[in-house]
Amino acid sequence: MTVTEAPPAPPGPVVHKTSVRRKLVPYWLLLPGILWLLVFFALPLVYQASTSVQTGSLEQGFQVTWHFQTYWDALTEYYPQFLRSLLYAGTATVLCLLLGYPLAYLIAFRAGRWRNLLLVLVIAPFFTSFLIRTLAWKTILADGGPVVEFLNVIGFLDVTSWLGLTAGDRVLATPLAVVTGLTYNFLPFMILPLYTSLERIDPRLHEAAGDLYAKPATVFRKVTFPLSMPGVVSGTLLTFIPASGDYVNAELLGSTDTRMIGNVIQSQFLRVLDYPTAAALSFILMAIVLVMVTVYIRRAGTEDLV
Amino acid sequence: MSWIRRNFVVIAGIITLAYLIIPNIVVMVFSFNKPAGRFNYSWQEFSLDAWKDPCGVADMCGSLTLSLQIALWATLGATVLGTMIAFALVRYRFRARGTINSLIFMPMAMPEVVMAASLLTLFLNLGAELGFWTILIAHTMFCLSFVVVAVKARVMSMDPRLEEAARDLYAGPVQTFLRVTLPIAAPGIAAGAMLAFALSFDDFIITNFNSGSTVTFPMFVWGSAQRGTPVQINVIGTAMFIIAVLIVVAGQVISSRRKKTALPK
Repeated sequence: MTVTEAPPAPPGPVVHKTSVRRKLVPYWLLLPGILWLLVFFALPLVYQASTSVQTGSLEQGFQVTWHFQTYWDALTEYYPQFLRSLLYAGTATVLCLLLGYPLAYLIAFRAGRWRNLLLVLVIAPFFTSFLIRTLAWKTILADGGPVVEFLNVIGFLDVTSWLGLTAGDRVLATPLAVVTGLTYNFLPFMILPLYTSLERIDPRLHEAAGDLYAKPATVFRKVTFPLSMPGVVSGTLLTFIPASGDYVNAELLGSTDTRMIGNVIQSQFLRVLDYPTAAALSFILMAIVLVMVTVYIRRAGTEDLV
Repeated sequence: MSWIRRNFVVIAGIITLAYLIIPNIVVMVFSFNKPAGRFNYSWQEFSLDAWKDPCGVADMCGSLTLSLQIALWATLGATVLGTMIAFALVRYRFRARGTINSLIFMPMAMPEVVMAASLLTLFLNLGAELGFWTILIAHTMFCLSFVVVAVKARVMSMDPRLEEAARDLYAGPVQTFLRVTLPIAAPGIAAGAMLAFALSFDDFIITNFNSGSTVTFPMFVWGSAQRGTPVQINVIGTAMFIIAVLIVVAGQVISSRRKKTALPK
């Protein structure tokens, strides 16, 4: 990939000096921002690509040796963490959709004058640092705390332990805690796009469907849900993409058995200082996410995302 | 049973809302705790100590100030650059529009850890010293796309005839921009700026990679999860929550008053 300047103004009939200047306006508007993105977003990816095929050590320096073996080694060594990341992020996305849809629906159609208050309540938690809120889950899910005791009494933890989601009568440091944290952290990213697309639906369509003898469930299945698809697609993307690379929840609420690929990349880069492996891992993650997102958008069939 | 079925949406919605709000309530309640050990995870006894002395922890308020500074500068940079891009994309037809659109979309379609790691390789290769400037550069970069999207949405819904009308009334291009275009686009720009501020202030992953030994507030919270969490963290969290709610409520009141005074005319 090469760094390209903004292309020159398209050639056109030069009538006045002012019209030439006017044609250059969009390029002058774009130049600073696009340059910033090229230098600090695109160029770093080039550097990372080159780092991923280097060999060497921190003491002796790294050289580009086109050592593609790093990719294979990284993949074979860390495929459990990759699979776990996709599994946790996927589960969290589905849970966000199941939990977020009723709330978005409630705000869009049933809230009346409470609508603005509910929207504030969805956005407001954002303003407390998400790390502080994630740490609060340590208190909520504490061993022997009321939540865990309750789940234990109703036998929920027996089921989840049998499924391998929890261990004994603990929730902290188990997959359940990590998925709970992920779902919690990315829920507003699901609710807001869902709300935006639901709010655009004309309620008279519901009345019309009802007048045509459709049951409420049929109205939802045939009218509401299809019309909210743009919200579902952008909500699932806004949840899944950040969740797949997240390492905060796995670190704060999980254990070494729940490490996600983000945790591996972070420790390879910042603690082990094995830059080639870290860069290769990060590229594999990027490739997986890009492929999945592209396939998903094709299948869901929405082009007007942004 | 039929009552439950009829009100299913309300019940499910309230459960989700509770899930969203409960951690904030826990943060608030535990800001009045007097922890026994280094960690503030279990309830001991009621105390106002932390509220009386919110900056009583070494380095915490310094990290808070640093985060505010970075967020303000990153917001300024991303808002100016992003607004310019948004105007160019909506108002002008030119070549490479598609390429530029996807370049702007890409940072949002990528896990944050990938961006964080690749920026670090750039800075390492350039031999840049990690700290304030590298954090600022990174924050401006990832906030930029969000500003573009927010401003674009607003500019797209603007009626271009308003500007034509201004020009017909002999307003120069500068005057038209300052007195017609900018005021109409302002809500979109403000929304983009607020989003950028919130994203930058709260960012952890990108900062974690590119901060070196510089400690922003999220970095301080992260470190405290290993060393011991002071109650003051909960005080700051609670204060942030309350300030945000007050700002939103005040905005609502002002806009509803404006509507009321505008209507009778």
